[in-house]
Amino acid sequence: MAYDTRYLRGKAAIVGAADEVSPTGELHLTERELEVKVIHAALEDAGLKLSDVDGLFCTGMMMPSLELAEHLGIRPRYTDSTMTGGSSFEVHVEHAAAAIALGLCEVAVSVYAQTPRSKGGLTGGMAAMMNAFDRKNPPPFLEWEMPAGLMLPAGAYALAASRHQHLYGTTSEQLAQIAVSTRKWAQMNPRARYQEPMSIEDVLNSPLVCDPLHRYDCCLVTDGAGAVVITSAERARHLKKKPVYVLGAGTHHDHAMMISEMPELTVTPGAVSAPKAFNMAGVTPKDIDLVMTYDSFTITVLMSLEDMGFCPKGEGGRFVEDGKLGPGGALPTNTNGGGLSYTHPGMYGMFLLVEATKQLRGEGGPRQVPDAKLAVAHGVGGVLSACSTVVLGTEETL
Amino acid sequence: MSRMMMGTSPHAEPFWKATEEKKLMLQYSPESERYYHYPREAVVISPKTGAVEWRESQGLGEVYAFSVMRKPGNPAMGARVPYVVAIVQLTEGVRMMTNVVNCPLEDVKVGMKVKVSWEELPKGRHFPVFEPA
Repeated sequence: MAYDTRYLRGKAAIVGAADEVSPTGELHLTERELEVKVIHAALEDAGLKLSDVDGLFCTGMMMPSLELAEHLGIRPRYTDSTMTGGSSFEVHVEHAAAAIALGLCEVAVSVYAQTPRSKGGLTGGMAAMMNAFDRKNPPPFLEWEMPAGLMLPAGAYALAASRHQHLYGTTSEQLAQIAVSTRKWAQMNPRARYQEPMSIEDVLNSPLVCDPLHRYDCCLVTDGAGAVVITSAERARHLKKKPVYVLGAGTHHDHAMMISEMPELTVTPGAVSAPKAFNMAGVTPKDIDLVMTYDSFTITVLMSLEDMGFCPKGEGGRFVEDGKLGPGGALPTNTNGGGLSYTHPGMYGMFLLVEATKQLRGEGGPRQVPDAKLAVAHGVGGVLSACSTVVLGTEETL
Repeated sequence: MSRMMMGTSPHAEPFWKATEEKKLMLQYSPESERYYHYPREAVVISPKTGAVEWRESQGLGEVYAFSVMRKPGNPAMGARVPYVVAIVQLTEGVRMMTNVVNCPLEDVKVGMKVKVSWEELPKGRHFPVFEPA
């Protein structure tokens, strides 16, 4: 069946967004309490009520959207527990836009909360894998990668970084510049975990975790929560805030928890997901005013920029080294301070959507990107396993 | 030194059994005419016939990617820190996660030629690691 790849363009919009973080990194509420709190905050932001919600999206171990709906006392007619790690929430937006366009629901909420800093220990997929497995038939990672002592997730990303350095001459200074540019944004965000100035030398002098990644090449571990509300373009026009339209979306994955199964460690699934999203939106990377891209590690940003097409493959190091990702730079990127300096509870993709929404509405405060009309939110889940790209735009980009 | 092993799967038993004789065996599907590593269930690699062959690898390859772990990836690796974790690409075309040993950390490079070496596991079995060829 032939289909129009641009069918979904502009059919749905993000109309509510909220997140909950703390400069201490700790939130003194349970994950369930945080989910409910941010759902209500995002609905309030949209001018909608819980009783309007007929599509529910979240992630977790076992029937998570069912459990959450039961707690909330709602019976959504569309339910989605898709779990692709940190990119789950970009996938949720893609699925919600499709469901809304087909009339399967009208008001969708995607929500996320995790409190690894308060709780300690493993979180997300790692916890699920370590806690529930059969020693007589273990999951592949535990039989074929863990015994070699690969530290997850940092070790997997370090392997990719080593290969990128070997093939393209990317330097540790170039990687560090990404953390430095991101920190400059965080210094303008009073809710960011890290707000003190940081130099390239600070990054290079921080302890190596897994060569070539230093401590400040790696994201934070904080508590955090966020939610977005998505509805039809028609309904969006009658709500409280300016709609942020979903112009394009694309998702791709090429392995799961085994980084050794990745076809080429320097080419992420974003090389497929991003062109799909840009094609649907009818825009190219040079049209983009704001990049919100997953920064679990500095190498994640560098390879994602290449794979999205902001620079050719292998040029990422030279592309970022002039500081263009930071305040006043040519390509404002991760303006909330990112997973590197703002917050990172384990599956960070939700915060990309929240910040992109605020920026496109002009609610960025001191870190507002002037005249931002087009943004891309690009999630990377697992160990470079699953990428999902969402192109968002204001009314005038429709 | 010990290794943290969280069990082995039934369809990989020929791989682990062969390590008793320090043989590196790779799963081969005559149906798709290619090697597989990690080993899969027969129905996965040969859905029509269920045919699985095990062929001995030459045990030669090159470092595809590597990283020095400055903290242990699991508790059993604590005494080895810092140590090299590497993805080795075998001449047969498959890749495996392993360690590069008997080589100074600073000499490990992407593309360096390596050959299999064996580290003792309980019950007479061995764990494949790699050293400079």
